[in-house]
Amino acid sequence: MTLAWQNRLIYLLAFCSGFSIMGVELLGGRILAPFFGSSVHIWGSIITVFMLSLSIGYLYGGKLSTQNANLTRYGIIFILAGILVLPIALWGNPIMETIFVAIEDSRYGSLAAASALFLLPTIVLGMISPYSVRLLVTSKEQSGQVAGILYFVSTLGSAMGTIFTSFYFVLWFEVNTIIVSYSALLVVLGATAMTFQKLANQAQLTTEEVAHEN
Amino acid sequence: MKINIYLLATLLLTALFSANSAAKVVHQERSMYRNILVEDTGNLRCLKFNVKSKKTNQSCFLKSDPNRLVFNYTKLMFSGMIVNPNPSRILIVGLGGGTMSNTLHQLLPNAEIENIEIDPAVIKVARQYFSFFENDKVTSKVVDGRIFIKRALLKKQQYDWIILDAFNGDYIPEHLMTKEFLEEAKTLLSDTGVLTANTFSISDLYDYESSTYQAVFGDFYQVKNKRQENRIILATKQKLPSKAQLKMNVAALGSRLQPYDVNIVNVFNNFTAKQDWPENAPILTDQFSPANLLNQ
Repeated sequence: MTLAWQNRLIYLLAFCSGFSIMGVELLGGRILAPFFGSSVHIWGSIITVFMLSLSIGYLYGGKLSTQNANLTRYGIIFILAGILVLPIALWGNPIMETIFVAIEDSRYGSLAAASALFLLPTIVLGMISPYSVRLLVTSKEQSGQVAGILYFVSTLGSAMGTIFTSFYFVLWFEVNTIIVSYSALLVVLGATAMTFQKLANQAQLTTEEVAHEN
Repeated sequence: MKINIYLLATLLLTALFSANSAAKVVHQERSMYRNILVEDTGNLRCLKFNVKSKKTNQSCFLKSDPNRLVFNYTKLMFSGMIVNPNPSRILIVGLGGGTMSNTLHQLLPNAEIENIEIDPAVIKVARQYFSFFENDKVTSKVVDGRIFIKRALLKKQQYDWIILDAFNGDYIPEHLMTKEFLEEAKTLLSDTGVLTANTFSISDLYDYESSTYQAVFGDFYQVKNKRQENRIILATKQKLPSKAQLKMNVAALGSRLQPYDVNIVNVFNNFTAKQDWPENAPILTDQFSPANLLNQ
């Protein structure tokens, strides 16, 4: 029973991380434009940084999942990602201002700015997928299927994050409001995962006590 | 009377039909940003950016009479000279065919004219097909308008006249329509500086845009033509001069602009400072600028 709920929670979290990654990436274009324009190389910079960060994140997330994987650690990844997203809204302008003054060529300027703003949070967000697989897989036979469902869920989340952010959120809210919301969402999800683990531990403890008494 | 109307209609239709059938594509290319099309219709040569849209003509000129300005909104742009009749440094954001730059150089041979255009292909086409010329006074540069203005501010430069013509109706560079951008442009103006912008006359964007200009410049003039297809926003660094103050400048300009088929008295009569958008219309900022979503 608990395991079924735990799996659902992990899928939900993976969906939301996909949603947040693409939501933030999409806003990247809007954030960089005042300093680096809206030429095609802006998207080149943003996509490069996101892909690079995700690839590094996959590697670290997989590595991290080999030792003592549990929902508490999984939740900490989310909270860390949420915290790292926040500077985009808080210090984006002064960071981009500094880079704008330092680097004349807007290609390298935008690459540096995209790295400064998005590299760290996206690395941490990239850790979520392999870590999810580790938490979900129980046997070798179903490992491929689990990975398939997980990619399905998180990539579907990415698609939703892209369309909702670009079609509606930018029409309804300020860029920083959306960024802060993504940050808050990730922190809340992380806290949920940690709480879930805590409750599960307590339940297990109680069961063990009952077993002992018998 | 009736016959006359029929006659007129027939003539018009024939003219339209023959004009359409005679249109010949002289040049076509897909640039990094858009489709570029140069089309000849008899004596008239036009630059087009997107074939399917109705608002396709970016810039037109008469091959036999390149001086004569064909486009109404280009003529309206000269309203800037009513406020500042002898600008010595001019910045044009969005080149098109370069007709504005060519005309201004003839009018003001001593003025420094800087054209900036994001699309290198547009500059190439302007040179090749629209006789756009450059010399030590007239230059062009491939750069995003926002970046250019930010860098110019760092170099503490000033312009007497900034001409914003970067919107082609199909896609709007949203970062060139925000309060922050207009503040940067305003800072770049000299004390006698004037800014004229070719903007939107229809769609939801009208109210947002008007409100944004007001937030940055305070009062401004709108200059529209009769059919209301375009509107020019004219704003100044200092307090906006009254129409009575400007009237003297108009008389002197008339003969200077006549060779270019610009009737500046007409343009001046179209000036209005009346607020025709709702008081509470939201402003566009770097944080909130869904201009393309509003322009539908």
